[in-house]
Amino acid sequence: MSKLQKVSSIYEFLLVSILKPKDQYHLLYPNHLWSALWILLHSFMPSKTSGVKFSLHREIARLIGKHMEDVGAEVYYHKFKYRNLQFHPLCFFSSIPRTAVPQNSSACTLNGVSPVGIIRAPRGDGKESIVLVTPYNSENIKLNEALSLGLAYSVFSLLSRVVWLAKDIVWLAADSRYGEYTSVASWLKDYHNPTFSSDSGKIGIEMCFEKTENHVEEQSSFDGAAYDDFKRAGTMSAALVVKVMDKERSERDRVDIYAEASNGQMPNLDLINIVHYLAVHRQGLHVRVGTFGFLLNSALLKHVGKTLQRLTRLAESLNLGWKLGVNSADFVEGTATLASSMYYQALGVPTGPHGAFRDFQIDAITMELSPRTSLTNDNGISSFLLRSGRLIEGVIRSVNNLLEKFHQSFFLYFLTAPNKFVSVGVYMIAFALLVAPLPIVAAALFSSTANARSLTTISNNKPTNSKPVTRSGSWNWLHSAKLVFLVHLWALIVSLLPYFVSQIPHTNSTTSMLSWSLSSLLILYLLTRLTKSYVEGYQWEVLKSVMIAAASIGLSLMSIINFSTAQVGSILLVPMCLMVRPLKQPIQVPIFPAALLKILNILLAVVAFPPASLAILKGCLRGFESINIGDFWEWSEFLWVWNSATYLFVALVHLPCWYLCVHILLHN
Amino acid sequence: MAKLRRQFNSTVFLLIIFFFNSVLRPALALVEGGEGLEEEFTEELLLKPLPDRKVLAHFHFQSSAPPSVANGRHHRLFPKAIAQLARKFQIRELELSFTQGRWNYERWGGFDPMSASNAKPPGVELWAAFDLPLNEIDHTWKNLTHALSGLFCASINFLESSTAYSAPSWGFHSNSSKLRYGALPREAVCTENLTPWLKLLPCRDKTGIALLLNRPSIYRSHYHSQRLRLISSEFTGIILEQALTVVLQPSMRSNSPASSGYGFLQPSWSINSLFGKEVVGQCVLAKTSRIFFELEKDLAFKVDKLQPLSSWNNSAFELSGIPNSNIRELNAVKNLGSSVLYVFEVSNSNDHIPLDVGIRWKIPLVWSCPRAPFHMNRYLMGSGNERGSIAISLRSTHLHEQFSKASDGCAVHAVIFQVVPWYVKVYYHTLHIFVDGKTQIISDVVRKMKISPSEDKLSPGSMELLLRFPCNIQSAALTLDFDKGFLHIDEYPPDANQGFDIPSALVTFPDFNCSRSYQLDDSIHYMSTLLSKFQEENPVQTYTEVLLVPLTTPDFSMPYNVITFTCTVLALYFGSMLNVLRRRAGEEERLERSKASEKPGLIPLLLSKLSSKLKIKGKAPESSPSLSASSSILGPKLLTKVMLVGLLAVIWNYYLKNG
Repeated sequence: MSKLQKVSSIYEFLLVSILKPKDQYHLLYPNHLWSALWILLHSFMPSKTSGVKFSLHREIARLIGKHMEDVGAEVYYHKFKYRNLQFHPLCFFSSIPRTAVPQNSSACTLNGVSPVGIIRAPRGDGKESIVLVTPYNSENIKLNEALSLGLAYSVFSLLSRVVWLAKDIVWLAADSRYGEYTSVASWLKDYHNPTFSSDSGKIGIEMCFEKTENHVEEQSSFDGAAYDDFKRAGTMSAALVVKVMDKERSERDRVDIYAEASNGQMPNLDLINIVHYLAVHRQGLHVRVGTFGFLLNSALLKHVGKTLQRLTRLAESLNLGWKLGVNSADFVEGTATLASSMYYQALGVPTGPHGAFRDFQIDAITMELSPRTSLTNDNGISSFLLRSGRLIEGVIRSVNNLLEKFHQSFFLYFLTAPNKFVSVGVYMIAFALLVAPLPIVAAALFSSTANARSLTTISNNKPTNSKPVTRSGSWNWLHSAKLVFLVHLWALIVSLLPYFVSQIPHTNSTTSMLSWSLSSLLILYLLTRLTKSYVEGYQWEVLKSVMIAAASIGLSLMSIINFSTAQVGSILLVPMCLMVRPLKQPIQVPIFPAALLKILNILLAVVAFPPASLAILKGCLRGFESINIGDFWEWSEFLWVWNSATYLFVALVHLPCWYLCVHILLHN
Repeated sequence: MAKLRRQFNSTVFLLIIFFFNSVLRPALALVEGGEGLEEEFTEELLLKPLPDRKVLAHFHFQSSAPPSVANGRHHRLFPKAIAQLARKFQIRELELSFTQGRWNYERWGGFDPMSASNAKPPGVELWAAFDLPLNEIDHTWKNLTHALSGLFCASINFLESSTAYSAPSWGFHSNSSKLRYGALPREAVCTENLTPWLKLLPCRDKTGIALLLNRPSIYRSHYHSQRLRLISSEFTGIILEQALTVVLQPSMRSNSPASSGYGFLQPSWSINSLFGKEVVGQCVLAKTSRIFFELEKDLAFKVDKLQPLSSWNNSAFELSGIPNSNIRELNAVKNLGSSVLYVFEVSNSNDHIPLDVGIRWKIPLVWSCPRAPFHMNRYLMGSGNERGSIAISLRSTHLHEQFSKASDGCAVHAVIFQVVPWYVKVYYHTLHIFVDGKTQIISDVVRKMKISPSEDKLSPGSMELLLRFPCNIQSAALTLDFDKGFLHIDEYPPDANQGFDIPSALVTFPDFNCSRSYQLDDSIHYMSTLLSKFQEENPVQTYTEVLLVPLTTPDFSMPYNVITFTCTVLALYFGSMLNVLRRRAGEEERLERSKASEKPGLIPLLLSKLSSKLKIKGKAPESSPSLSASSSILGPKLLTKVMLVGLLAVIWNYYLKNG
């Protein structure tokens, strides 16, 4: 119980300190303490409360809802049914289709219940709102989740009394029993695309809550149906997901910002800037964004950083006006952050519940607040909560004061530090330089083969080493195009296969992977058998040029959908495409470069095979003993479950290109 | 005899004079009063505690002028500006409201005269009915908006454009084809709009009830609606009704005991604590000047249960100041209680005895306001910049159960009136109606429908629907799909990235009448304009939320970029063009030749001399160091030399700095 007392005193302190010292009315809200106590009571002593009819998660939801109501907010409970994310082959870019969920009488237990409170801005017109999300696991609530709920409640109760509010405030206490993303996404879906036709079988929320005697009086003033009614608060201008975490200790209280949403979408940079500025310059918090830890210890990076440092120092000594200021440590950290930022954007999987907002074009970030001390440490935690509360209030206030929504075109960027970024204008050049050779090489190859052919036709009936050209002239590329088309068709079928494979019951990832690969091989064999007569008679140069053309189109398309994926993918794809040539073909160069070219070709062909590259990557990061056959299946399942376009890229652009490269390599 | 006669005559004369004096004068005065030939002004204030710890203050001023024939163009009390307006534009009825904040229909009431006539949508709403031929109305409306815009310092002139107003036929008001309706949801309301409004009062805000209109306390309110209504006809003259409704949050005293949840004691307040001022005497020009204190039906019922509510000081609360009288509402339904009005006469107060009406609560009480039969919501569905849907949802508050005993034939009617700007292109054929979660055939629910689709850049789309629902419904919803249009670049407002507003829709429930009848003494009834307003039969009305539609906005800096690029391209083009055009081949060749014949430049000459000296003396210097010599000077040798020197300089600089 001492722990509980400690926490209660924290809350008291938080309450006193967040509110302005002049404000004398905080004592009117002692319920606040109750919230924490009650929630913690249940979380720490589940044995005491695990009665037959008593359901913890519903009680917690009701309790949060009651507290929201006490500060004068409009409250309702959003019920959602956990729907297992599945592979929808044709729904990559569209939202999940509207389907009525059949609900039975036991729906209360199957559903997650998220209480939602809305503070109406006193003089606002209710056109816009700011969303505050605190995920909590209603079945097994931890101290940190209770703290984040308490923190959000403090901010919420403060906001319910301020006069400067121009936009409504929505607080969603997301029930994350089935995942944080699921509950937030289902709430947003109901907010934006409600279904009207399924209301008939709806279970009232009051059925889910056991009524107790002391609530009778409240029920008279607000009817129970009001809690079911999905209330809205206009267009959302921004959303903040707040979580208190108990991470490893550092010397300062810390904020981790997560911003990557699905398919490489990012919130407006200004939102991150606001959080960073307020956290660092006002509250003295340490701000971090996602970083690859293993890169921080990389000797290579350190070496490059030191070299750069020396070079810049030299440059600065030459001209005192140049202030490059590259620091070796900064460089390493920046690179690690950049790599992580690129990776998460390229993966196309959101890094937190904020990703659900971005799908509806709402700027959102997740803030993970972690104190420097343990969560049970009284003094440390109180100042931490105070600062965090002020930070959240500051961000909300900043967004509140904006007349227009974030609209400056800072949506395409990589982060290298919380306050530094690489703009699209800069990194686009790298991608353009990578992709630009592809069409040039394709054109060059094609024109050279055309010339050679015209030469051979002029020199008349000399036996050429290529296949005999049956049809004349410039339509020769059609043969190669047929093969390329066939391979792409195969890739399309392969990309759809997991849907059928996942329908097979009782499989683990290894068997699924095996069946996937076997079936794709079988289909490849069948396709080549069936269409053998069509795809005869091509030159490897023409095939290569057509393949390169297809790859460049694929990369360009992908760069529109998810730029980072295209950029990362092109690093592997472009050299493979450019270098490939038949192994048996003699080259008119000295022996050493020829051998090097062959080795590189083989190496690239191995590395660029998607499962192999995944295995190599995993082996490098976690040791080679952890590699499993099912890894690739799990990875691709992960991608398609999140509707990541990276899956499409790998299956529809990368895989056929790789196959054609191998085909050319083995050409004789 | 003659003398006697003369005496008699004089007495008769006197009698006649007396008769005239005593009998005819009052009779004439009576005639005058009866015909309303006098201009009148009344001021009233209604105070009402609200269930969510707020206070409603409703100021009601009414000026009336008799038909203009009697006085010509001159007025004693009536504002001349308004009279001119009414005369010039032949206005039959006009209502202009400036509102900030939203009326909370759930907590502040949705089924009383107050909400029906004083709850207005945010921003400016203007409607006017004219007494003019149909073809002149649009023109007059435009002039009217400009006149009002000048009069009230507001951008009402934006309603001039035909894309901004509509002509509802029956959905908005009683059917009239001469009515125009427009709303500006984004108009900010401030004291610059209040000052001209106050100027219309004969005493302005110097004395009387208007003295309370302290700007800081009004604009701190949660809801603030300033309204002006004009009714003009040949028989009654012009009636100008000015109302200001504010919902204030009384400051909570710290001495109020803290208790949990709904056990809160309501805050005690008085006029002084709300407005920072007190009433010190009435406006001398006002015919009546009163303050009403209203207790809600439910509250009165609850107080009655504690102690029969007759006194102003009972076990539940205590009023500060002794009311002059109290009025009870006449209610057909006995068990629901009836609201109570305490009346305070302002005329009794003066500088020494200010009138400070207030309430002090003794016990915590919870009550609720009468709610509208349906709780209305309107919201946008969908996301993205391409299309979306507007949904209007109705949720029953089970009010009908109190009024009509449920039977199969029972039905509730609702009239929806919605105006949508043209850039939100609503497809009216996509109207879907769901009742209790089931899709309905449109013709089953819609009794009457008038739709005028929008025309691009010409007129907004407006929709008037008369719906008929069975009494026992729980909820209903209407959806309409729309496409988002593109605007021309100069049609965007300055803050285009905020989004575009769709004005509030109005939902009227013609079956429900929110009039109240009071147990009145004839004298009070005759004189109180506010209470007679309450007794008018108005249907229950609800305004929905204003919607914000994000539209695609261009990058407004793009024109700048385009101009820059275009200028660069043009400059390059013209530069090279001029260069080519100006160049004359023959001339240049001649120049070249003359150059060759000239002496070489100074440096090549020096260098050649130097080299010739270094060379063996035996050889004679060449007569003409040609151009090839000068090109050899700029050759790779010299470059390497220069680079070496540069590198040396760099190394020297570096070591110098390090040293």
